[in-house]
Order: sequence, then C-alpha cells, then structure tokens
Amino acid sequence: MSLFEAKNITKKFGNFTALDNVSIAVPEQCIYGLLGPNGAGKTTLIRIINQITGPDAGELFMSGRKLMPEDVQFIGYLPEERGLYKKMKIGEQAIYFAQLKGLTKAEAMRRLKYWFKKLDMVEWWGKKVEELSKGMQQKVQFVTTILHEPKLIIFDEPFTGFDPVNANIIKNEILFLRERGATIIFSTHNMESVEELCDNITLIDKAKTILEGSVDEIRSQWAANEYELLFEGEVKIEGNGQYKILNNQFENEKSLIRIKTISDITTNDILKTVMKSGKIISFNPALPSMNEIFIRVVESRN
Amino acid sequence: MNKISIIIKREYLTRVRKKSFIIMTILAPVLMAALMVVPTLLMVNGDKDFKKIAVIEDGSDLFKNVIPDTKDADYIYLENTSVEDLKTTFEEAGYYGILWISPEIINTPNAIQLISKKQPSFTLLDHISGALEKEIERQKLLAYDIKDLDKILKDVKTDVSIQTIKIDDSGEAVKTSTGIAMALAYISGFLMYMLVFMFGSMVMRGVIEEKTSRVIEVIVSSVKPVQLMMGKIIGVALVGLTQFLIWIFLTVAMVAVVKTTILKDKSVTEITQNIPQDIMTGDQQEVATTKADMSEGMAEFSKLFDNAMNQDWLLIIFSFIFYFITGYLLYASVFAAIGSAVDNETETQQFMLPVTIPIILALMVAMGTMQNPESSIAFWFSIIPFTSPIVMMARIPFGVPYWQIIISMVLMLITFMGFVWMAAKVYRTGILMYGKKSSWKEIWKWLKYSG
Repeated sequence: MSLFEAKNITKKFGNFTALDNVSIAVPEQCIYGLLGPNGAGKTTLIRIINQITGPDAGELFMSGRKLMPEDVQFIGYLPEERGLYKKMKIGEQAIYFAQLKGLTKAEAMRRLKYWFKKLDMVEWWGKKVEELSKGMQQKVQFVTTILHEPKLIIFDEPFTGFDPVNANIIKNEILFLRERGATIIFSTHNMESVEELCDNITLIDKAKTILEGSVDEIRSQWAANEYELLFEGEVKIEGNGQYKILNNQFENEKSLIRIKTISDITTNDILKTVMKSGKIISFNPALPSMNEIFIRVVESRN
Repeated sequence: MNKISIIIKREYLTRVRKKSFIIMTILAPVLMAALMVVPTLLMVNGDKDFKKIAVIEDGSDLFKNVIPDTKDADYIYLENTSVEDLKTTFEEAGYYGILWISPEIINTPNAIQLISKKQPSFTLLDHISGALEKEIERQKLLAYDIKDLDKILKDVKTDVSIQTIKIDDSGEAVKTSTGIAMALAYISGFLMYMLVFMFGSMVMRGVIEEKTSRVIEVIVSSVKPVQLMMGKIIGVALVGLTQFLIWIFLTVAMVAVVKTTILKDKSVTEITQNIPQDIMTGDQQEVATTKADMSEGMAEFSKLFDNAMNQDWLLIIFSFIFYFITGYLLYASVFAAIGSAVDNETETQQFMLPVTIPIILALMVAMGTMQNPESSIAFWFSIIPFTSPIVMMARIPFGVPYWQIIISMVLMLITFMGFVWMAAKVYRTGILMYGKKSSWKEIWKWLKYSG
C-alpha cells in the first residue's frame, strides 16, 4: 500500500505551469527519488506535499485517506535551502521547531539529548547558529527534521555541505530511519546516491512526469541490448549488421568496448564474433547509470 | 500548546533578550529624564551667571531705580558718570553692560542704548524695555494731573482669563480646558505614530530576517503562514508594550529621584532666602499679594484638574485601545507583507513611501485639528481608516459626536480585517519568492493566486 499518494496534481503561477498532471505513489518504507533538472517543478511538488501551497487541481492522500492540515506533524521536511535563526541558540531553536511540530518541551528535550549524543553534537547546545560551520548547521537541521519521528520524511539534497565522513553518517541514519518504518522522499541531482539509496523514482521535466518506476527496472529497461566487453591490450572492433559500437576506449592496457545489438542475436553469437579480436577478460550486460538515463531522457525531450 | 502562542513566545523572548533592546530600554528613560531635568537644573543654576548693569541717564533722574532687580541681574543707577568714561572701563568695574538713557526718551523711544561686550539675551532686553515702558506710561499719565491716579489705575487693572464652556448634547454645560485637550491630543497622536512606526518596522525586519536566512520554509511546513504572521505581529506588539511600560516607569522614577535629591536643596535655600527679605522690608501688602498669587495659582490648578476630570476618560481610554490595536494591526500587517515581498531591507524603500504618507499626513492633520477640531478636513481624516487612529484620537478630547466615532470604528474594523487578509495572501506567496524583483504589479498578481 502507498503511504503517500499525489494524484493528477496541477499547479499554475499566473501563466506559468509548474506542475502539469503529475502523480506519484510512494510505497511504505520506501526511499523514493524525486528527480528532475533545475526548474522542473520538484520544489513546487514538495511544497504541495508539505501543504505550504495548495494545488490548483488534483488530490493528495496519506495512508489511504485525504491529506489534512494536521498531517504536518507526521511529515518532516529538510529543504534544499537550509535555514536556522542565526542569533538563536542551537538547543532553544531545536526545541522551538519540535514544539511547532507538536512535541511537548519535555519530550523534545528527551529526544534531542539522544540525537545530540548519537551525532556527537552535545557541546553545540548553548552555541548560536552563526558560530557553527555550514556542515554543523546542516547536522542540526537534519536532527530537527526527524525529531518528531515523522512517518514521511522529505529530504531535498540532504548531502550538500557535508564532508564525506559526515555524508556517510547521514546516509546511514537515513537507512536506519527507513528500517524503523519511515518512508522517505529524496530529491537530488546526485545520481550516484540515487542508485545507492532509492527504491523507486519519478523523473519530472518541464512540469511533467517523464519516467517512473523502480530503479532496478528502469536501469535494466534502458540496458536492453547493450553489452560491455573488456579485452586485454589494445583492441578495435568494427560494427556490423548485427551490432554497432557505442564506445571503444583503450586505457591501462585494457580496452573497454560497448556494443548495442541491432538484430535479434544471442549473447553466444556476439561472443563468437568478437572472440576473434583478442583476449576477453569479461563480458557483461551494460547497466546504464542513473546519470546516463537522466541525461538521455531529458536531452531526448529537447 | 497552541502553535500561535509558541510563535508569540519565541518572537517576544528573542527580542526582549537582545542586547540592543535592553540598552534602548534603559537608555531612553535616562535621556528622557535628562530632557526633563536638565532645563530645571539650568533654570536653578542660572543665577550663577549673575549680571550687574550700570544705568546712566543724561541730564535727568527720571528713571532712578525704575528697573527692578531680577534674579539674574542687578541694575545700578550711577549718577554723575559719563557714558564715554565708563565705556572703556565698565568691564573692569564688574559691569556686564551700560544702559544709557537719553533725555529725549519720552518723545523718541529709540533713545536708549545697551552697551555690552556680549549679545544680551531677549529676556534681559524684554525686562528693561518693559520696565521703561511702564515708567514712561506712568510719567505721561502723571502729566495729565488726574486726581487719585493710583487708585484709578489699580481699579482699572483687570486680569482676563477665558473659561471655555462646552455644551453637550443634553444642553448641559461642561467646563473644558483647551490646554488639557491639546495635550491629550498631542500625546495620543504621537504615541500612535511612534508605536506604529517603531514596531511596524520591527515586524518587517523580522519577516525579512526569516526570509533571507531561509528559515521560513521549515516553519511554514509546520504552521500556516498566517499563523506565523499573526504570531510575529502580536509578539512584537507585546515587546512594544513591555518597552513602553518600562520606559514610563523608569522615567517617572528617575525624575522623582533627581527632583528629590538634586533639586530639593536648591529650592529650600531659595525659600529661606526669600522669607527674611519679605520680613525685613516689612511690606505687608507685598506679602499679601504673594499669598493671593499663590491661592490664585492653586485655584487655576484645581480648575485645570476639574476640567481634566470632565474629560470623558472612559471614551478616551477605550478609543485609544481600540485605535491602537486596530491601527497597529493594520499597519503591521502591511509592513509584514512588504517584508515578505523583498529580498533585503534596502529594497523596502519603494514600498515604504506609500505606507508612510498616510501616517505623516495624519500627523499633520492632527496638528491642524488642534486649531480647529470641527473642520471638514479633520472630519474626513478621522473617518478614513488609514488616518483615523491618529486624527480621531486628536479630535476626541475636544468632543466628537458618537455617530462619527462609530462610523470611524466600523470602517476601521472592516479595513483592518480586509488588509490583514490581503497581507496574509501577499505574505504567503512572498516569503517563498526569491530573486524576483518585486513590484506593485507583481504583488497584485500574488493576491490572485489560490492557496
């Protein structure tokens, strides 16, 4: 069952259409990637999910029933443009945000103690935000986002501003949150992390959904008929009527060749043909990276 | 806890704990007290600058001892001294200046000169010319040789003080004092102006801060933008109220302390100086007149007090609270909307002008109102919602028919609700708009966006 669903959402600002009949369905305990180039409408969709703005048309559902204003306390949101009150102390600020999400002061204190300890932030408690580095601020904001144990968490570019060590810590926390039952919507331009984390994705471009489904399915769909060959030494292969060469590069005494079959031939037939060219190290179906898919899909529309 | 009250609490506490707030709150009453105390101190210590003025008359002694000595200056009549001699030496002799009276004085009033090294003050000149005029007048009257002149003059002398009596709707006469009404009008008009500006722009800065620090997006994912806006407006209003109460309290306390410690000694010595003089001269009449003066002063004061009590205080206080709350909310919500529409404070200029104009206009009309509370300009400006908080408050002490107050208040309520609603719409869109050059046209578009 879907924890969250948006059906046929349309949103216009004057003459500009930000979202045109977009639908997403986020299964429970899933990490759902929301992808798209800049200005595609991702932020507008996220704001609609957060009920910051309302859609012109379409419906939103949470756990099978209509989304209500009170549902904000079940949603956590880490916006791309982070922000905290600069002159306010970290501890007070974290409590304030928790209270706005409906926690009592005592409960907020209890949970903050746990998280500050876990993420090694205890000595920041009495400091002002302006005294912290950007990465530290991000960490504070991460904690305030998840403190009220939301059922649905929306992370917009959660890893920017973090060094690799802290980025890894945050990544593990996200996986841990999912394990404990949270559902996560994850918006990013970093396709490596999409491959690593996301179960499902929706790709939005120019206000419309242009690709959706599980990451594995999408990748194997796009991988159809593409193979990668690795030869020892410098090897060159010419295309023929059965396949064409997409890429042929020589590096580190090895040649990496990518082919795409044109007619219906089996992998054995391919091997039979290319075996003559040199010593094969490996032969694999080529899974395109999400990055490639992203670029190809978006560019094919322009 | 209700979300608005959480927001109010934060807005209030963060501002009240700011260093700048604490400094302003303490410093302002010190300055205010200084403003009240320093002139008094100056007045009391003024006699340090004591002057001696030589009076020289050419060829007659008509004005001998005519100019009475004052606290600041003694007038010493020198006989058989020539101006030319003294001109070069008066300073060494300890004189501030020489007053030279020519014999032509009765016929040509310009025949008087005050020779001094420094520019004499107006009060000094006023005192001299007043005394001389009186004496010349007396001399001229004497020349007519009228019997019992002194008695007649005393008899003729009359003090005129106008008592204003206002007739209320039931035809009953009510004693009023324009002075009190004016003071009330001034105070409430200025208070209104200050509060709206100081705290309205505080709201605006708060909104800009939230927008530029990008904290806004997280907050509006937890509360409705309208809740945040109202929380901020109310929180700032409470800050203002706190500051005002502290100001009033501290100022009163400080003035009281200064008066009792520094000024007390002075006035006591002054009185002890005055009493023996009166006794020594033995001028019973003079003592009597001073007593009469005093009781007259008391009478004047109690009259003023009575008139003050005759003011419809209930109406004044009620209207002040009403216009303060609605006026503040009206302007503060407009300020909040402006804050939401811009990316930084410098951009606010183009929007501030149209907001400032009605307030300044209202203040100007309110000043005019004190001259003529019944003028049609005063009437219309006290009905129009943007100016009514200030102008109506300036009119009420002079008496305003109830129907006018009711119309004004109803219009104010409608406008204030309309503006809060519109401001909330602009605010909701504006806080999430970045990098867009905002204009009136743009804001008009935001008003039409759906939720």
